[in-house]
This record gives sequence, C-alpha cells and structure tokens, in this order.
Amino acid sequence: MTVLVDKNSKIIIQGFTGKMGSFHADEMIKYGSNVVGGVTPGKGGSKHLNLPVFNTVKDAVNETGADASILFVPPAFAADSAMEAADAGIKICVAIVDGIPSHDMIRIKRYMRRYTKSSKMTLVGPNCAGIISPGKSMLGIMPGHIYKEGRIGIISRSGTLGYEAAQQLKNLNIGVSTSVGIGGDPINGSSFRDIIEKFETDDETDAILMIGEIGGPQEVAAGEFAKENMKKPVIAYIAGLTAPKGRVMGHAGAIVSAYGESAIEKVEILKECGITISKNPSVMGDTVKSVLEKM
Amino acid sequence: MDIHEYQAKKILSNFGVTIPRGGIVYSPENAENKAREIGGSRWVVKAQIHSGARGKAGGIIVCNTPLEVAQATDKLLGKKLVTNQTGPEGKIVNRIYIEEATDIEKELYLGLVFDRSSESIMVVASTEGGMSVEEISKEKPETIIRSKIEVAVGMQNFQARELAFGLGIEPDLIRRASDTIIGCYKAFSELDATMVEVNPLVISKQKQILALDCKMSFDNNAMFRRSQVSELRDKTQEDSKEIFASDRGLNYVSLDGNIGNIINGAGLAMASMDMIKLAGGAPANFLDVGGGATPEKIVKAFKLVTMDEKVKVILVNIFAGINRCDWVAEGIVDALKKIEIKVPLVIRLAGTNVEKGNKILKESKINYIEANTLEDAANKAVAALNKS
Repeated sequence: MTVLVDKNSKIIIQGFTGKMGSFHADEMIKYGSNVVGGVTPGKGGSKHLNLPVFNTVKDAVNETGADASILFVPPAFAADSAMEAADAGIKICVAIVDGIPSHDMIRIKRYMRRYTKSSKMTLVGPNCAGIISPGKSMLGIMPGHIYKEGRIGIISRSGTLGYEAAQQLKNLNIGVSTSVGIGGDPINGSSFRDIIEKFETDDETDAILMIGEIGGPQEVAAGEFAKENMKKPVIAYIAGLTAPKGRVMGHAGAIVSAYGESAIEKVEILKECGITISKNPSVMGDTVKSVLEKM
Repeated sequence: MDIHEYQAKKILSNFGVTIPRGGIVYSPENAENKAREIGGSRWVVKAQIHSGARGKAGGIIVCNTPLEVAQATDKLLGKKLVTNQTGPEGKIVNRIYIEEATDIEKELYLGLVFDRSSESIMVVASTEGGMSVEEISKEKPETIIRSKIEVAVGMQNFQARELAFGLGIEPDLIRRASDTIIGCYKAFSELDATMVEVNPLVISKQKQILALDCKMSFDNNAMFRRSQVSELRDKTQEDSKEIFASDRGLNYVSLDGNIGNIINGAGLAMASMDMIKLAGGAPANFLDVGGGATPEKIVKAFKLVTMDEKVKVILVNIFAGINRCDWVAEGIVDALKKIEIKVPLVIRLAGTNVEKGNKILKESKINYIEANTLEDAANKAVAALNKS
C-alpha cells in the first residue's frame, strides 16, 4: 500500500477552471496522477483540459468514481468545499488554500464527526503543499522531480522545508515513499500523529522524517504516540529556534503561546520520546542516513 | 489583529458584559470635559496601546479631579510606552481612555482562547485576577479552572455556572457572572476572535461584575467577513516595516539582528534563521515571500529589507519548485536594477533549474556571493558580516 494516494487514486480538482486549479491540474497530470475531472459550480457539462467539469462533487463521484480531491477554491468558500467532498464520499481531500479562518476549520472537523471511522474522509491541509507518492501519484503542488522513489516517509508543516528535505535525501541517493504536507495553520485536517500512524502500518516505509516548527502541541503529541506505539524510527527537525515568543512567523500556526511550543522545548520532549533529532535544517538528510545505517 | 482596550470593551458591552463608564479622548481639554461628563469623584486615565502591562510602564494614572485628568492625559499623549510586550522601541500613545474608578472588592481572571489540542474553544478562569495568565500558571496553578466548549452547540449555561461557582462568586451574583462569561464566549465565536481576555474581571464593592481591563485579538484570515472589526485596526501600533510588508502580501517580522533575509516559505525562513544563529550571526528579520517567490514579490522584498538600517548583510534563500530558479534569478537581477544594495549579498538557489538560475546570476554582473546549501549560505552571510 501507499499512504493516502497511489496510481489507482481517481482525482478531481475542486475549483478546476480557475487559474490555480488549471495550472496545478496540468502539473499533476504531467506527473502521472490519475486526474478524472473537476468541479466548478455552474460550469457542469463542459470540458476543461479535456476532462469533464461537474457542478457538484456528488455528480463527479457518481460519474467518475473519484475518491480523491484537491481544493483550489478561495479561502472564504474552502470550508464549504471540504464538507461537500466529505459528504460526497471522497476518501482523501487535500486543501492547498492558505487563509481559511480557524473557526471554519473547527466547523469542518466537527462536521466530519457525523461519519463512522471507515467512511470518514481524510483531510490534509489547509495551507499545505499536498501529498506525493513518488513515481505513483501527486495530489499537491510540489515540484515532483525533486522526489526520488524510495522508503522514507516525510511529514512537514512547511512546504518549502519539505522540498529541502526531499532534495537533501535525493542528493544522498535516498528516496521517499510518500511525502505529506500537513500545512502551517493552527488547526489541521490531519496532524503529525494521524500521519505517522499511517506510515507505521505502511509496508513501503522504513523510517519517518517529521519536520515540525514552533507553535501548537502537534509534534509533542506525535512524539508521545511514537514512544508508545511505533517500531519504525522517527527522525525530526523543529524549525524556529530563533523565533521570538508571541509572534506569528508566517504560518498562522507558528506562534509560541504556551509551554512546550518553542523549538527548544519541543526538541527536548521529542528526545525523551526516543526520536532522533536533526540538529539543524542542513543535516536532515544526513541524520536520516545515519539512522538507516544503524537499522 | 489586535484592538485597543476601549474597543474591546465596547464590543463586549454589546454582548451583555458590564463595563465601567468611560470615554475616549484625544486632547487634555477633551479629557477634562469627559471626566465631568462621566461623573463621580475618581477617574482612571488609561493610555491606549496594543500591549498589556501598561500599569507598570506608567500608562495608567488614577486621578481625583478633572484637572488632574487633563494633566495626566497631557503627560501620556504622544509618549512612547515601553512594556515587556512592546520591544525596546515602545508604542506610541495617541488615544486616552478615561474611566470612572471602581471600588474593587475582588479581582478575577477570565480568558478565552483556541485550544489547538482539542480543537475547541477553551475558557480559562482564576481567582487571581490582575496577574498575567503566565504568572498565574507559574505561581498559583491550583487556582486555574478550565472549561472546554463544544463549538457546534456553543457555551451552555451550566458551563458558565460551574465556572462562576468555581471562582467562589457569591450566589446572588452567579447569574450576572454567568451572563458575563457567556457574553465573552458569544463575542469570541461570533466575531472570529482568537483571544478574549478580561483581566481583571472585578466584583465591585457595590456588587457589580465589571470588565475592568480587556483585550481581544482576531483571526486575520476572517477579516473579509468582519468589516466592523477590521476597521478597528490601528496602524500606529504596528511596526512600519511590517505594515509595508502585509500591504504587499509579504510575511515579515522585525527582529534584532543584522542579517536581512529574503526566503520563500515560512518553514524554510525559520530554518534559515536557525542556521544563521548556529553560524554565529543574528537575523534582522523573518521574511517569507511566499512559496511561489514571484519576481514582483522579490522586488518588494528587497525594498523592504533595505529599508532596515540595521541590515549589514542580505541573505536570499529560495527553493524554487514550480516557479523554477531561472525565473527567480531573473527576478533578482531585475530587482537589483531597481534597488541599490550597499551591503554584501549572499544568494542561495535550490530546486528546479538551479544551474540555469546560477548562470543567469553570474552573467548579470551583479555583485553577490554564491552559496550552495543552507549551511553554506548562513556561513557565508556571517563571514561577510565579519569582513564588512
């Protein structure tokens, strides 16, 4: 299995006919992702990039059998679109969009409680780079060619720092099974913990690189989960050593507001959980390599 | 987005929270009249800046006559107040809030925040009002009570009652206290707030429950649907460079060091700052030009970083994905035609078409130092600083 997406994933683009949606749909298709159509309310029945356009996600799912979606709708409408995807039976939805209000994110997550575990959609993002399983499928906006096929799972809040890691690994001839950008917002569809749990049961992944940053309780929650439940090694880097307290560092979620949320505190707690720390961002690849050599 | 105390009070009073009588003034003459209009025999003159801990910085003055109110206003207006939250440059006082003094019997703490673990709204209360919540959690953690609110149904009366009883409020006042807490919750949830803090919430000798000081912050991402809140923004309270940045779609935070940064992506920007620190330098700013790093944004970023006189070296670190390094390089060359850089410039490009990008930079005859990795970039920036 591949975490979250594979060659068989049938992908639709929500916000298909817009500039962003069109551009990235094209990139995904070029990468080899199985894009089967898109949704733009009011443009149903037409064709775009030689693919069918639907008015609703339900129509798209009924006609194409789509099970994955990616959102390129403006922030004000993103919550509505994510809930529409969940209700139509989409299994995995990536929200690329930056700027969804936090109150809306809470609403989405509460809405999704109406589904049983087996029928619940996995939401990844918002404000993220998406998902890539190199050589199989890309459900995101990353430059696909920097990812080498392989057996390391990457999870990152930051998009570009995730790219940096993939490039460092590639330079060391180490490949990636799946890379998941969970996004920089205070409330994410999927947390580090949600995704490392999936990697733990993935036959194609040997070790996991987790790229966190200041703010929020997520890295620590993942560390505690790993300590209790994981056999595969986890390597982590936490960005923001020099970030001042109480300031938002670009990502809405990157703000230190409580104990355990600064980079130093997170590193200490993760070490106690048995996680190998990459001391600085330029040795993420080397740290993964040294862990692999010990396995 | 932060707002002033008086603005937060007005909002909360619309949600049923009782506040002392008061009014905003912009001049000493105005202040004297306002004191008379408010009535009573004691007034509090409060400097309006976006910061807590104003009392310790001399920003809050108790007065016994309208003349004293005018004098206190005169003293504070136009002054820069430095608190432990403003940074050494302080914040300017342009507005004064005059309020009738309250006879305090008991000071309580009430705060509402997003709880990122449970993804709900958390109400935090304590009997130790007047201290900051950090101080309370350090010194009197046993006094803190919390209530997690299910946002789908909102705060229930019993939850507010439990908090009120938990604060030891006498039975006759429980109803008022509950209404106050629910009012704060409604303001939080209906206006896309990220923080509401009433500190202190007081019980007066006349048995009133009053919000004596309060603070509200809002979700910038939701301001498109909260025009009545967004118009409360006071740019005089923000760093001028940060305003310049946010008006141009850049994420910028002013810092104390002297190595200016231009980076794409918030995580990579933080990581580059970390590398600078490890190399023995200090970043002058955090600057994220966005994952896309378009040439227009790079021009704006150079303008912004060169506005900062502290900057002695500029470090550009761009990981080009979809946008390609050659395109980014052209953006940099173009920017340097428009803006003169008088300090050493270190550029590290990575990602798609990196060789082409570096070639364009080399052939452009711009004066710069090429770096290949994150570490190399940070080391070269610090070395350039030590040479200059």
